[in-house]
Order: sequence, then structure tokens, then C-alpha cells
Amino acid sequence: MEHAGEAARIGVFVCHCGINIGGVVNVPEVVEYAKTLPGVIYAEGNLYTCSSEGISKIKEGIAKHNLNRIIVASCTPRTHEPLFRAACEEAGVNRYLFEMANIRDQCSWAHMHEPEKATEKAKDLVRMAVAKARLLKPLEEPEIDVTPSVLIIGGGISGMTAAFCLANQGFKVYIVEKEPELGGMLRHIHKLCPSMEDASQGLDHIVNTVNSNKSINVLTSTVVKQVKGFIGNFEVAVERTNGETTNFEVGTVIVATGAANFEPIGMYGYGEYSNVMTQLQLEKLLKDGQLKKPEKVVMIQCVGAREEKGRTYCSRICCMTALKNAMLIKELYPDTDVYVLFRDLQAYGTHYEDWHRRAQDAGVKFIKYVLEKPPQVVQGENGKITINVYHALLDEQVKISSDLLVLSTPLIPQEGTKELSQKLKVPVGSDGFFFEAHVKLRPIDFATDGIYVCGTAHSPKDIAESVSQAFGVASRAAIPMAIKRLRVEAITAMVDEGLCTGCGTCIRLCPYSAIQKDEKGVARVTSVVCKGCGTCAASCPERAITMGHFTDEQVRAQALAALGRVFA
Amino acid sequence: MKAKQSVLVIGGGIAGIQASLDLANRGLKVYLVEKTPSIGGRMAQLDKTFPTMDCSICILAPKMIECLRHPNITLLTYSEIENVSGSVGNFRVKVVKKPRFIDEEKCTGCGECAQHCPTEVPNEFDMNLGIRKAIYVPFPQAVPLKFTIDEENCIKCGLCQRTCKAGAVDFDQKPEITNLNVGAIIMATGFELFDARRISEYGYGRYRDVLLSLEFERMLSASGPTGGHLMKWSDGHVPRRIAFIQCVGSRSLKGGVHFCSSSCCVYATKEAILVREHNPECEVYIFYNELKVFGKGFQDFVTRAQDEWGVKYIRALPGEVVENPETHNLTIWYEDTKENVTKNIETDLVVLCPALVPRMSNKELAGILTLELDEYGFFKPRDMLYTPVDTNVPGVFICGYCQGPKDIPESVAQASGAAARAAEAIALKASGGVH
Repeated sequence: MEHAGEAARIGVFVCHCGINIGGVVNVPEVVEYAKTLPGVIYAEGNLYTCSSEGISKIKEGIAKHNLNRIIVASCTPRTHEPLFRAACEEAGVNRYLFEMANIRDQCSWAHMHEPEKATEKAKDLVRMAVAKARLLKPLEEPEIDVTPSVLIIGGGISGMTAAFCLANQGFKVYIVEKEPELGGMLRHIHKLCPSMEDASQGLDHIVNTVNSNKSINVLTSTVVKQVKGFIGNFEVAVERTNGETTNFEVGTVIVATGAANFEPIGMYGYGEYSNVMTQLQLEKLLKDGQLKKPEKVVMIQCVGAREEKGRTYCSRICCMTALKNAMLIKELYPDTDVYVLFRDLQAYGTHYEDWHRRAQDAGVKFIKYVLEKPPQVVQGENGKITINVYHALLDEQVKISSDLLVLSTPLIPQEGTKELSQKLKVPVGSDGFFFEAHVKLRPIDFATDGIYVCGTAHSPKDIAESVSQAFGVASRAAIPMAIKRLRVEAITAMVDEGLCTGCGTCIRLCPYSAIQKDEKGVARVTSVVCKGCGTCAASCPERAITMGHFTDEQVRAQALAALGRVFA
Repeated sequence: MKAKQSVLVIGGGIAGIQASLDLANRGLKVYLVEKTPSIGGRMAQLDKTFPTMDCSICILAPKMIECLRHPNITLLTYSEIENVSGSVGNFRVKVVKKPRFIDEEKCTGCGECAQHCPTEVPNEFDMNLGIRKAIYVPFPQAVPLKFTIDEENCIKCGLCQRTCKAGAVDFDQKPEITNLNVGAIIMATGFELFDARRISEYGYGRYRDVLLSLEFERMLSASGPTGGHLMKWSDGHVPRRIAFIQCVGSRSLKGGVHFCSSSCCVYATKEAILVREHNPECEVYIFYNELKVFGKGFQDFVTRAQDEWGVKYIRALPGEVVENPETHNLTIWYEDTKENVTKNIETDLVVLCPALVPRMSNKELAGILTLELDEYGFFKPRDMLYTPVDTNVPGVFICGYCQGPKDIPESVAQASGAAARAAEAIALKASGGVH
């Protein structure tokens, strides 16, 4: 059905959202109001427009009243627009002839205690949507081909796991590792909790699996120089340490760059006394069999983590690392006293909670300290370190003289995370780790299509959790590659060649590098790269750029309607 | 050898939904089996989700509908697995659909029947705090939106049959058997709640104002039994002080389970913030033992609860909850470990955070599929580190809470992981490779 030239026949569906909206906004009143607006042929209220019943009502409305513009006044397009658009399309109305009015997040939730004013505002929002909907034009989504190959950045356990899983599914894999060999952080780890197997055992097996798979192209001592393009068609340039560059094309990109370990310089005598070290340094001593028998060992948790300001986050794995190493020391030297100074012991799930108990049974001593009164270190005699700590459960100061002070420091964002995030145009969060598309339901996708994240690049986590996410991205990345062809968003910028003077403002401002100058010297938008942000249209001095679905005319009509201007 | 290009997913919660959508979106055929009348699982019961405070059903519903509408997904709700044979690449599965006594083709979900049904029963979806009729949909966004007659409580008066305009009521419906042929199987059976009555000192089941956290979640929900209004369950009064107790039956060596359920500290924090949001006058205390803040953004969330919302955290494992029979007020006795004295605090409501335990029915499913369970009843991974979603049976995968305690994003990521492994197993079987 083509609706471009027809007069608007608008249907308005106002959602109660249970009592989320209906408990504040007088929905029947909004429905009656909508019916009075020009162009509105039909309006109704629904308990939940997003329920299968509500979706049927939209489709029925379209069929029965020959509607060609649909408005749902409900919640946010962020979660629900795809659903309603699909319903329109199934009923024969172009999906871009749909408009949403957010009368929940922007109305009933915000004005919970003023129901009458909220109802008036809901009417305003519906009037604005109607003003815009009258001017909506159908848009067609371009289709693109997807290259069935994937770039995985990072050759640690996460990257390697994703690599062999995708290769086994029939996709070509490029795995880029900046170090001379695969393995990542795991290469520096001694034993693994909770099975206590050697880290090298599983690691060697996976490295061999990856190296021997013919579909996996392993590029070590290599970094990503540039990634251009969009889902299905990324152009990648990588550079070896010897300066050699290689270019290839992939359909998807996986970020598995891992994390680094925080070095606590200047904290608790680290860097000053030789017997103060991090857990990672202790791992090395244990791995190399170099740990001489200490009489006493003190471990301090949350060194540089869960701070009041700065690194406020919990690094998740340090408590278990401390327990593991404490038990290993007890195993080597049963009469060595091991003290763990902790704030809240993050032993979670089934295995770790068990480990906590086993450590207690093995004689590891736990002292709870509080953020306000952290342990103090004073150098003692004979290379001993003396630690004063306020024992929160005894409510007294305790002094321990120890041969070894081990600091449990957090995982921090990998070096170069910021630069890579800029190359890929994906965000990092306030903690400096890569930031996913949606914390709850899109934990391993980026908001940018075709780019995914897994492992400790996303946040601190243990091996099983990293591996779970790595298999997860192997599914997410496989989806576009398996179906080979994709429809992409049609809300993009369009340049009026007659008005464009070729000043290049838009080219400089486009965050997605979607605009180039063509042979005529005017701006040309590569629509599959364009994300429809509108920066170019807003900044064009000649007003030569129009945004589909957000044309000046449409936005102006909406704004005038907001000011109460009744349109005809 | 030819491998079936289809997957059976058992369990229609967020993990099963995510696994199904991933597989269907890449072109594999999916059979999603759910034993209750609707998909949605536990997440559908939640009011908000931490730490973003998204409305839970609002972000879940589009995914539920997507499952319903997806051409590659066949929903088999109100159904259970009876038998599985065969091996990776070609499992034969017998599914039994319990009779809804409703013709799903005819039912429009209008709800006329339920308005006339005279039989009221406690609503499981609302954790039995509210009521439903004997003919019902579990919740308004249910997928599929088809009514079910609960055989146990129906008095066969026939009013629904007489009022149904679509003529969908069919009292003669019998169990239906569907035989499926699939290349791989994914388990996503979720969790149930530890029976808090077993920790008798907290009075659950004896005192009406001692609630489980999931019951309280329903009370907080705008679509719940109180319409989102907080009240003392005993007398309907507005509570002025609410206390949460963590680790009820979890991390326990006596009378409970050993493990940590991994999400309670943070969801209690979420519920506490919601209380303050609903009613700023109401004080909230959280009795905790060890504050677990290990997830992304959790520490900041707890800090915000303390600093911005005034939620008070007390590190103590309460010994007993005692009810005043006149006022129904609840006194919590606890030991202040700092001052080494026994203290008490009087509250209007006590919310218990019980251990989240694997489903009892895992035992039966493990028997049917010859799967190994761990000591607690979680499905056991083939290797806990490197193959967390594989099981002892090739071609059968696990994800979500049934694999071990985890929160929603971990379940979602792992569900995608199980989907990848299932697709990989089918691809390898088809090409003759080794998993």
C-alpha cells in the first residue's frame, strides 16, 4: 500500500500501561480529545497497547478504518517503537508512517502527583504527535549484504573462545592480538579457582585449537589501526609491530580486549618495600615456585577499588583471588598465618561461597575493616611489615607484623580502551570499561549495529563468566552473518544538491564519517553508514540537509502544536 | 549425516526467550516449551530492574511478543517434556500440552469469561497476594493472550462457555502430544524460592506482615494486587518502617542451602529505593551479612541508595522476628556485632530475601535427558570454566539461573552463549566436525 499522496487518516491508540499511565492520566479523556484533532479518524484506549491484544487492535483499526498514519501514545520508542512499527507494516502501512507520543516517561511518571495537569500534558503530546504524523512520509529501508567474516580484537580467553565458536559455525575469523602470543591475562595466572587446575592446562588447549583452525587467521603482535564502514561491511586496517599493514573486510567486530591490573603505587608501601606486592606478583612467585616460607602473610582487599571517589566499582574477582592464593600458601606452608583484611567478602554463587568456608576451615583468618578506617602500614624490623588495622567486628585496633603484604588490586580498563572506543565509535562508561547497549537486555551488544563486547573489556569477571559472554557474542555476531542480508534504518540525512555549496561543515561534524564530497563538489551521504543523528542537518548553513522522519516541516508542525497552535 | 536445523528450548523466562530469539533470528527453527500458560518467567513478575530502574515488563514485553510473532518460533505453552531420545543432530522429543479447555484458535483474549466466572482463587503470578478467576490469563501482557481454565478449581458451572462470544470454551479438551525432531536442546528452567517457613524464627507463614521479596515486588508493582500501594498486609495501614532480611536460607549451614543467590543484596536495595520513592516518609533498613556488590554498577547503586535515598544498612543476621498480636507490628531482634549487645527494632513490614534455588522439576528433566545435576540441583556444566553452557550430553546446553545463580544480564549473555553452542553443534554435526 502506498500512502504518500493520500490525505492523512490517523489512528490514535492511547495506552493505560496498567496504572502506569492510567493511574495518573485520564486516558478516556485523552482518547476523546484525540478524536477532535484534524486528520484523526479513529482513537481508542488500550490496557496495554503492547500486549498481543493491543497489537491486534492496531491491525484491526488499520483494516477497518483504512488508516494510513498510526500514533501510539504510551511509553518510550527506545523499547517499543520496533514492535509498533512491525505491527503497522504487517497491516500494510509503511513502518515510517508511525509516530509515538511518550505519555509515560515524559508525563505520568514525571507528574505522578498532578493528575489533572498530567492529563492536559498528555493531550499536548498527542496533539504534537498528530501534527507531525500528518506530514509523515513513507521511507524505504535499504538492504545490505553482510560479509561472513568477523574481526575479534584481543586474543585472551574471551577472544579465543569466540573465535573457535564462530569458526566452527562456518565463519572466517581474524583475531588480532597486540602481544606476540595468544593467551592474554590467563598467561600470568597460576592456578584457577574453583577447580585449582593449572591455568596453562586449559589455556594451551584453547591456543592450540585456535591456531590449528583453518578458518581462523591469527594476527599476533598486531594492533587495529582503523575500522571504517558499518554492519556487514567493515573495512579494517591492522598494523604489525614491524610497521607492516594489512587490510581486510569483515561483517562484524568483537571487542575482547580484556583488562589491566591496577598498580597501587604509593599505597601501603607498594614500590617502597620489596615485601609489598600485588596478587598478580604473588601469582608469579607461586607459579615459579619462588615463594620462600613466610611466617605471616597479610592480604588487603579493595586496594584502589570501591573507593569513595574515582574507582568506585567492585572488581568482582579479587576476593576469590585472595582466597585462592591464601589457600595455596596454606597448602605449601601449613603453619604460615594468613590474614585477609576485607570489607565485604564477594564470595557469590555456588562455588565461591563454598571456597570461603573452605578457606576458613583451612585456618585463613579474616579481619573486617571499614572504608573510613583503612589499614595503616608502618615499616617494622627485619624486613617485616607492620600493619595496624581497625577490626570492625571487635571494635578495636589490631597490630599484625607480617613478612609479606599482598595487595588485592582491581582490574582496570585495558590500556588503549579510549582510543579503540573512538576508532569503533562505541562508548565507554564512567568506570572506563566499554559500555553496552542496554545494561539489562543487551549486555554484550554495542548500540552500534554489528559491534559486540565480551569478557573483562566489559567489566571485571572470572573465566567462566568471560567464556559465557564470549559464546554469547559468538551468537550475536553470527546472526547478521548467517542471514547474509540486512535491512537498515531508513531515517537518514538527505542532501539537496541544488542548495549545497560544498562548504564541508557536515563532513567535519559527522560522527560516523558518513558524508563525503562527490565529484560535483557537493556533500553525499552514504545512507547505510548514516545513523540519523541529525547533526549535519542542524549545522548546515544552507539548510540543504533534510532528515528523513524529522524534516523541518514535521518538527516545526510539532513545535507549533506544542505551543497550542491549532492546525488545520 | 543430516542434522536437524532446529532447537528445543525448555523454559520461557528471559534466558529461554533470549536463546530462542537469537536462534530464530539466524534462521534456525525453534520450539519454545513453557510449562505455565504464558512465557515471561520471573522477569515478568518484577516491578523494576536494578540498577537502571527500567520497568521490567516494559522491556520484556516486546521480546515476548517477538517470540509470538516470529515465523521461526513455535510456542508450546502449558506444555511439558515427557520423553527425549536420540542424540545431537537428531533428538526426538515428546511434548505434552495440558488442556487449557480453551480453543486457542478461537479465544480472542477479551476476558468476558473471567468477568462471569464465579470462582476466585489466589493468583500465583501475584505470589498469591491477589486473586484471579478459575478461568484466567496470568497477567495482562501474557503471551499467548489465551485464557486457561484451571481444572483444579473450576466448578464446571458453564458460565464461561455460555458467555464466550467466540465459542472457545471446550470442556472436552484432552492432553495433546506433539512429537518434535530437533538438532539441539537448551535448558533454561530458572529458579524457585526457598521455603522461608523452614527458617521458622522469622515467622513467615505465621505473621501476615512478613513477606517474601517477590511478594513485596508484586506489591510495589503498579499492576500488582495493591496497584502499587504499599500497605501492611494485616490491616492495610501505610507502613512507616520496613526492614529487609538477607540470606534467608542461603549461605546457611543449618536448615538452608550453602550457596549465595548472588542478586539479593542488589534487588533488596532496588526494592528499598522503590519504597522511598513511593513513600519518602517510610524508613527502610536492610539487614545484611556480607554486602555483595560485585556486578557492574552495583557499588554505585548501593552508594546511591545510602546517600540519596537514605536506605540504612545494618550488618547483622537477625535472630528472631516477633509479632505484637494487637498492632501486628514486628520486632526484629538482632545482635549488634559492633557493640556486642542484643538490640531490637520495631517495624511494620518485614521482607525476607529467600535463597533462590533451582527448580525441583530439574530432577525429572535431568532423568529424561540423562543430565547431571550438582549437589544443589543446578544443571552441571561439562567444564565449569571453559564450557559453562555445555552439559555431559552432547547437544544439550544450559543457561540462566538453572546453570547457577546469576542476574538478568548474565542470564541474557549466557542464553546467547547457549544459542551459539547449539548452532555450533548443529553446524559441526552437519559438516562432520567434532565439538
